[in-house]
Amino acid sequence: MGAIAEGLRRVLELDRELWHIVALSLEVSLSAVLIATALGLPLGALLAVKRFAGRRTVIVLLNALMGLPPVVVGLLIYLLLSRAGPLGELGLLFTPGAMVIAQSVLVLPIIAALARQTLEDAWREYEEQLRSLGARELEAAFTLIWDARFSLVTAVLAGLGRAAAEVGAVMIVGGNIDGVTRVMTTAIALETSKGDLPLALGLGFVLIALVLAVNAAAQLIKEAAVRRYG
Amino acid sequence: MSASILPLALENVSYASNGQPIISSVSLAIVAGPSTIILGANGAGKSVLMRLMHGLLAPASGTVSWREKDMGRVRRQQAMVFQRPVMLRRSALANVVYALAVAGVPAGEREAQALAALDEVGLRHLAQRPARVLSGGEQQRLALARAWALHPEVLFLDEPTANLDPGAVREIETVIKAFDAAGTKIVMATHNLGQARRLGDEVIYLQAGRVMERAPIEQFFARPATAEAAAFMKGELPWV
Repeated sequence: MGAIAEGLRRVLELDRELWHIVALSLEVSLSAVLIATALGLPLGALLAVKRFAGRRTVIVLLNALMGLPPVVVGLLIYLLLSRAGPLGELGLLFTPGAMVIAQSVLVLPIIAALARQTLEDAWREYEEQLRSLGARELEAAFTLIWDARFSLVTAVLAGLGRAAAEVGAVMIVGGNIDGVTRVMTTAIALETSKGDLPLALGLGFVLIALVLAVNAAAQLIKEAAVRRYG
Repeated sequence: MSASILPLALENVSYASNGQPIISSVSLAIVAGPSTIILGANGAGKSVLMRLMHGLLAPASGTVSWREKDMGRVRRQQAMVFQRPVMLRRSALANVVYALAVAGVPAGEREAQALAALDEVGLRHLAQRPARVLSGGEQQRLALARAWALHPEVLFLDEPTANLDPGAVREIETVIKAFDAAGTKIVMATHNLGQARRLGDEVIYLQAGRVMERAPIEQFFARPATAEAAAFMKGELPWV
């Protein structure tokens, strides 16, 4: 218990530096989740609604991609963005932008795969009615997303959890540069390797508290909405 | 007034699910005018036959064809009300507006038309209520409003009152009569003899996926031509 109290005291002492790290963590992970949601929900919905050759293969692949190791994603994005890489000219490596890209790639399959499952269940209920009304596939896909929006919160939260918790991808493409690309997870890894366990632990608690707060807020909003709309 | 999409002709239509025949070589014509009741016990294939007519299912063999060859027009000129209505997670009004939007009605005209349709089924006062918290009878009336707004030439109804209490059944039947009075061709599946008599002009009696008999309603009830239909009406299990 002593280490925990010490950790929390140290965290509170850090103030400005710490809040910068917390803010950057949130900014990077929320941006990544926003991008992955904007792409992942329509992708999942189309997979739920459209019947085409190779659909099952795509679904298996997408499900498998949920388990992408962050360090591998980091490495791939690193190769893409490095000076000699195909996107090297953008000069994004070791910037928060690179971290957003890496986390988007990591989170996209999670959101798309979970959305696909949720929306396929909804489609079973809606299909005849929507086809009877004459809705085309794309129309039906967006109708499903809107109608299942409260259930889809879970898919988005799973993505956010993954983004906030991962360290491998942001470490490789961000470089953990103090004041520039240092986020909570990379800071924890650094403090642990330096032997400053209380500080690492304190940062860990802040991270857990943030994730908890976001999930609690989402759950409350979801419950209120379900009560309202049935 | 543009030409009718009817008659609808089914020729030797069969349908099977998992190797189990559900509809077996059905040939019949649905013409404009009389309200057609598809009568039969549970499992006779009424729902599947309706879906084959409406175009939600494709026959395994045989053809389903309309007089109108423009399939877009055929699509727009028919609507279906299901046994269990599926309501979108939005207001009652928005559910009707959605149907109009999908049907390509200009945005500026949707709300007025939707409100008129809600008026028709007596749900105007619930327009802003989320559709999914309405009662079963109200949801079914909303489904009818959604169909009404589209002004279809043909309305398919698949046991629309199967799960409702008598009061709600009366309200639904009133709306169905209004459709009929407005000139909409009614094709309704039911296993309820009283309802068939109240709403129908002719009966197609279905058993085990085959049309056993087709007759004007009074004749069917007074002198059924087949033993199967007579047995069904006596409340006997026709397959025993």
